[in-house]
Amino acid sequence: MTFAPSPGAAPLQKMVLAQAGMETRLLLRNGEQVLLALVIPIIVLVGGAASGGVIDLGSGRRIDVLTPGVLALAILSTAFNSLAIATGFERRYGVLKRLGATPLPRSGLLAGKVLAVCAIEALQIVVIGTVALALSWQPDAGVVATGWSLLLVIGGTAAFASWGLLIAGTLRAEATLAASNLIYVLLVTGGAVVVPLSDYPAAVQPFVQALPSGALAEGLRGVLNGSGFPAVELLVLAAWAAAGSVICSRVFRWE
Amino acid sequence: MSTPSADAVVVDGLVMRYGDTMALDGLSLAVATGSITAILGPNGAGKTTTVETCEGYRRPQAGTVRVLGLDPVPQHAALMARIGVMLQAGGSWGTVRADEMLGHIARLHADPLDVRFLIDRLGLDSCGRTFYRRLSGGQQQRLGLAMAIVGRPELVFLDEPTAGLDPQARRATWELLDELRSSGVTIVLTTHYMDEAERLADLVHVVDDGRVIASGSPAALTASGAKNTIRFEAVPGLDTANLLAALPPGFKVTEPGPGAYLVEGTIDAHALAAVTAWCATNDVMPRGLAVEDQTLEDVFIKLTGRGLRA
Repeated sequence: MTFAPSPGAAPLQKMVLAQAGMETRLLLRNGEQVLLALVIPIIVLVGGAASGGVIDLGSGRRIDVLTPGVLALAILSTAFNSLAIATGFERRYGVLKRLGATPLPRSGLLAGKVLAVCAIEALQIVVIGTVALALSWQPDAGVVATGWSLLLVIGGTAAFASWGLLIAGTLRAEATLAASNLIYVLLVTGGAVVVPLSDYPAAVQPFVQALPSGALAEGLRGVLNGSGFPAVELLVLAAWAAAGSVICSRVFRWE
Repeated sequence: MSTPSADAVVVDGLVMRYGDTMALDGLSLAVATGSITAILGPNGAGKTTTVETCEGYRRPQAGTVRVLGLDPVPQHAALMARIGVMLQAGGSWGTVRADEMLGHIARLHADPLDVRFLIDRLGLDSCGRTFYRRLSGGQQQRLGLAMAIVGRPELVFLDEPTAGLDPQARRATWELLDELRSSGVTIVLTTHYMDEAERLADLVHVVDDGRVIASGSPAALTASGAKNTIRFEAVPGLDTANLLAALPPGFKVTEPGPGAYLVEGTIDAHALAAVTAWCATNDVMPRGLAVEDQTLEDVFIKLTGRGLRA
């Protein structure tokens, strides 16, 4: 009686942790993802800090302006690109379909993905923060500033992730890869990620500020350099997250 | 016949349309608890649509589906905890190892089988540290089966479980399915291999064009109105009318080629004895004597007018 039935689902938190662990390992196993998540931000950080005036970073200590932008860049790459590309291929290879026939509910699958993204982001923040501190970064690391930063990271993650999943759940896997990378490049070059909003022409500043990339990076640049409550930025991120989630939950196709 | 409460799966009047294509046209079938039930039919008959509706992937456009007494779409979570599913293809990350993938599915269940045991039992240890996307089709297929049973389900749906397997792996899979049934697992499998259905199934539902056109045990299906044959070879020019007279009514005796004889009718032990007794009386040695049953393929051709793999 080796195969005698004994069916049942594992406890939800155990399933979610299993899913999160699996997704984290798979993301780290993928060379391109690691390049996007860690190597490129570090290059931007070190290169930007060393390059003197090649990139105009506006007023303030160079490294203090640069680091929050690099953190925003890292979060964009993980919550948006990595998540979209991984999910697009999961859809293509029937992984989402297969997991749909296990006790793991869709909410549990989503929670697993969110945890995996958070785990990678934590790793990114630690590595980038360490390198930046070595380059004499002096952030406002008080309780309040840290709290606002955390809130901004959560808001940015929610906004990027909902739109990343929206793309992954509607386009083919290759189109998801192309579209998310294109959006990444557009946001990095024109979305106030690394270059501060104040360097943009006054006419386009309101639009750039309304982008999730601009809101996250500007918000981080503000709170980590001692400004107060990032109300506008949090509002912008919440609006993007809400719109993305609502649309995504309606149009996401699992197969 | 089993009572409704003894049925693990009941599909009644299921209709599924994709655009202008009628995939399922009022399909009805039942699966007895503890049985191996085969859904047999050619490609495009509606086999996959039927099992995927039972698995809750599709909402019935008309008709009802009950699996373990549950409605698969609204009661999805309760059902998924109790069944195992093998998809026709895919279902794994490309950069995951077989044991890792199986371990992951196991962790989603309360009391899974030992992953190591299952890896050995299905010969998946040969996969080693190779990623899923580089495994052979047969290895991927066996991993799919392992993922379906690792959660110790009471009911499994297997979509073409041996498609693309070599004969040895097919036999190993059949033995495993026999063992699952002995352990009390109900098995629903789709196949277009009639030998698989004949070898494994307690009950076969023959599906064509989105409907069940015949149901029964393989023996009952092949025996219904069966015209079996006895073939033998002997000296040419035997008196076939005299042999016919020695047989009960309802037979036909011919000599289609010189020395090749064919007795057609409902062949049972008495008919066979009558033929050999007639041969002994007439001092004829019937060489190469063979009793040939009709196969499920014959039944299918008779029901639909075409071959199973058409």
